[in-house]
Parts: sequence; C-alpha cells; structure tokens
Amino acid sequence: MDTHLDIGVWPENSLARVPYWVYQDEANYKREMQRLFEGATWNFVCLEADIPSKGDYRTNQLGDMPVIVVRDASGAINCFENRCAHRGALIAFDDGGNVQNNFKCIYHAWSYDLCGNLRGIAFEKGINGVGGMPKEFSRETFSPRKLRTTTLCGLVFATLSADTPPIEDYIGADVLGRITRVLNRPIRVMGRFVQPLPNNWKLYVENVKDTYHASLLHTFLATFRISRLTQGGGVLVSPDGGNHSSYTIAIPEGANATAYKDQQIRTDQQGRFALADPSVLESVEEFGDHIQLQILSVFPAFVVQQIYNCLAVRHVVPRGPDKMDLVWTYFGFTDDPPEMNRRRLKQQNLVGPAGFISMEDGCVGGFVQRGTAAAPDQVSVIEMGGSAAESQATRATEASVRGFWKAYRRHMGY
Amino acid sequence: MDVARLVELNAAYARVIDNAEFEEWPKLFHDPCLYKVTTAENVARGMEGGLIYADTRGMLEDRIASLRKVNIYEGQRYRHIVGLPVVLGQANGAANVETPFLIVRIMRDGTMDMFATGCYRDKVTPDAAGALRFAERIVVCDGRRFDTLVAIPF
Repeated sequence: MDTHLDIGVWPENSLARVPYWVYQDEANYKREMQRLFEGATWNFVCLEADIPSKGDYRTNQLGDMPVIVVRDASGAINCFENRCAHRGALIAFDDGGNVQNNFKCIYHAWSYDLCGNLRGIAFEKGINGVGGMPKEFSRETFSPRKLRTTTLCGLVFATLSADTPPIEDYIGADVLGRITRVLNRPIRVMGRFVQPLPNNWKLYVENVKDTYHASLLHTFLATFRISRLTQGGGVLVSPDGGNHSSYTIAIPEGANATAYKDQQIRTDQQGRFALADPSVLESVEEFGDHIQLQILSVFPAFVVQQIYNCLAVRHVVPRGPDKMDLVWTYFGFTDDPPEMNRRRLKQQNLVGPAGFISMEDGCVGGFVQRGTAAAPDQVSVIEMGGSAAESQATRATEASVRGFWKAYRRHMGY
Repeated sequence: MDVARLVELNAAYARVIDNAEFEEWPKLFHDPCLYKVTTAENVARGMEGGLIYADTRGMLEDRIASLRKVNIYEGQRYRHIVGLPVVLGQANGAANVETPFLIVRIMRDGTMDMFATGCYRDKVTPDAAGALRFAERIVVCDGRRFDTLVAIPF
C-alpha cells in the first residue's frame, strides 16, 4: 500500500493526525516564520520588569526575526526590527541595556530614535559638498519594520500584523483569567537559563500542551503526587485552539488513588523512593484557589508556569527545522518575604534544564525528532479524549495539543 | 590553607563524578551547606536563582537518588578538567577559594561536547576529623546555554 504523503499535504482533515514532515521540512519552516511569527500572532518579547526606565531595551526574536524592544521617554514600549536600514546589520548586538536618545548602528553610524525611526546618517551631506546621500533620499521610507506592542500583567508582546486582535481577545477569557491569577503584582526576575533542544520547536510546544504525558514521563510528579491524572484538574483551551491552561487541584484522589499502581505505571514509585530532605516540596498556597500546578501557553511559543511556588516564563525560540532554544526566566514578586524567596529557590530544582520534573522534556522532543527521521510521510496519533479541541475536566486528553494544530493550520493555510 | 590539600579535594570531587561514584559526592560537603549551579550573568545581575540549589546534604543525596532511580535521560558521563585553586581569603579556619573547571560530556554513542566551563567559588573548612569539605560550592558557569538537560551535577 502506498502511504506516501507529499510534503505540505495534510493526511486527512482531522486534528488528531499530524504528519511528521511538519517537524522536518525547510520550506515549511520558512512558511512558519512568515505566517506565524511575522503573522497575526502576539509574540513574547520581554518582561516590563526588564525595561523599567526610559531608554532601557532588550533584544529578542520573533522566530528568525531579530527585534529591539525599548521604553521611550513617554513610558511607551516600542518594538522594531533589529536591522539597520542601510546594510542590514544588527542595530543592537547585545541582550539589552540602556540608550539615552538613540541607537547607533556600529557599521556606518546610522542612528535610530527610540521609536525605530531613522534619524541620523553619518556624512549625509558628504564632505565639502562631495559625496553623501542624494538629496531626494527619504529617511522616512527606510526605517526598520515596526511592530505593535501590548502589555499584559507585566508581559510584553509584539506583532508585525495589523490584523492581530487585542491581546485579551487573542488569548480568550478563560485562559486570560489563569494568567491574571498568577501575575497579579509586580515581579522580580530571579534567574535566566537557556536550554538548546535538539528538536523542532513545535515538539516542545506540544509537550507543554500535552497533559497526558506529564505524570507518565515524569516520575517525580507522580511519586510525590504533584500532578497525577487521577487528581482533580483539567484543561482549558481557547476557542481558536491556540492557547491553553492545564491545572492540578490539591484535593485527595479518593477511589482513583490506586489507578497508577493498578496499571503498573513506571512513574508510581511511592514507597520505593523517598526524599531525604523534602523541603524541596514544601509549598504554601499562594493564590487562594487550591491550584497547585498550572501550565499555560499562548500561541505560538510562550509559556507561563506555576508549579507550587515555582514561577517561570518560558520562551520557545526556533533555530531552524530541527533545533530550538528554550529560554527560562524564573521569577518571584517584589514583595516576597525572605522565606518565600527561599522556597522559590528550592523549588526551582523542579524546573529548568536540571529540573527534577522538567529535565525529561529536554530529551523527549529529540527522541521524536530522531524517531521520525525516516517517516516524513507518516502521522502521529493525537486522539486521547477524542478528536475535538475543547476544554475538558480531565487531563487524560490531548485536547490542547489538537488545539495547537487547529490554530496552526488556520494560520498556515493548511 | 594548604593549596595542595585543596587540589586533593578538587581532584576527589571530579573523580567521584567522572567515575559515576555519585553517592560519594554529597560526602564532600558539610551539612548544612550551599551548592548552587548558576551563570556568571545571573551572578553579575544579583539574581539568586540556580539550575540546581541545595542547602543541605540531604538535598544533594536526593539529587543523586533522583538521577539514579527517577529521572529518564540518555546515557552520558562527564570528564572534569579542574584548574588550580586560588585562595582569595581566609578567616576563622575557612578559606574562600576559586577554581576554574571545564566539563566535557560524553554521550552513550561516543559524542563528546564541551558541555560547560566556569569557576567554582567555594568556602572550604575542615570537618571534625580534619578533612577539608565544602561549606559552599557555587558553580558559576561562563555561558548560559545548557544543552538538552543537566542530569549529573557539575
């Protein structure tokens, strides 16, 4: 039987099937850059806490496109492509800093104001009337591409498209409520780490949205009852599918308590594995709603995480079809008392590249990338909980993964 | 503090990790202690967060128990090359010591990568029997990129 699928062809009109070429194909990757990251999406660019004062800036990327995000004299946050209008060099080549009134490209000293307007051209009139730029040269038409920005609870997002809806509508009311419950006051950055992963960026985003895997892959979660499918919880999926929030509620499991043991699931090791110092798991209820774990994503590539008192944002940065960077920013709040700070420091052991919970997510995407190397024309099966992409009161479902593909296919025109 | 004894302590530290005698690793620390893996950038910005953060020997033992019994990762080992310690200061029998390191990661298929470089910033004191042990070991990595995952301590 010939099961060959052409690159770019979706196998059947189902959210529950995804062809493997989508993680491999160079042309598809280019299309993603244009249609997703430069399209009608909101992309995380920095935290407001990163740029509190006039002239403070950070550099980041929307997919492959480098950008500068900067606070101007009026307090507004502007974002523009980090590409000099002259020869295309990076205008800023560091992670961030402060500029007084303008950015100056180091190559030929063309300068830009804090809105990204081309303001100065070195030797524009030449020397002694000789050389220089033509009189009719219009600076206005040669500025870097400007992006729209928006802020939400201290997060800064940018979009190149005029069609991207307001961020609140883009995220949807249900998921939005799960952002505001965590980011409810000024934050304080506690550390940054970058985790390069050997897989397509979408494999990580799917992993984030995959509520089914968490307690099966991650022994630590199940053993210490941080998150088991048999506990209370569920997943919220935005109407367009692209955004999600999964959550675990701190209530007893009742009759389902032995389900893992009954199925002999590897991650149930309670009794066989105990911590010498359980202080790593000592948490306090912080948000008043019994949600002890929440993983939330905003399409296409942004994550907010609350695992006990361990808070972080994660930014997924594509680096070609088979590589990505995962940028972790750990945070607390500016009003954290010392004991809460210490709790967060300890619980940071759970996440990041060395996280007791999350280290497995670092390798599993690579296992899929390698496992599917010879199967671009085959498909993955994403059918737990049916084939729809709606909110469900269980996490034994792949609804939010299907939601990602629903939004992806709409943006990509598949 | 005798530099030769610090060299010996560092050599023992590197050896137990590189030989996968992980259970010996926590024994080189006092209890309580502070072991943290972070980056030069985080330190420069006054950010306290760590990739790994342990303030008791029990937490170090839990790291090892987890990497032995709980966490899933592809087979790998390290080769530490540890430079010479510099004693930056001494007070009340404790020495502040800085030592550069380089870690090569060897994957199960034989791939070798320069995995991390940086310096150990230590506070070293003798235990009751006179053996030098770490009261603090802050692993300050030069870079901020940690490929795929960090299972084995630095």
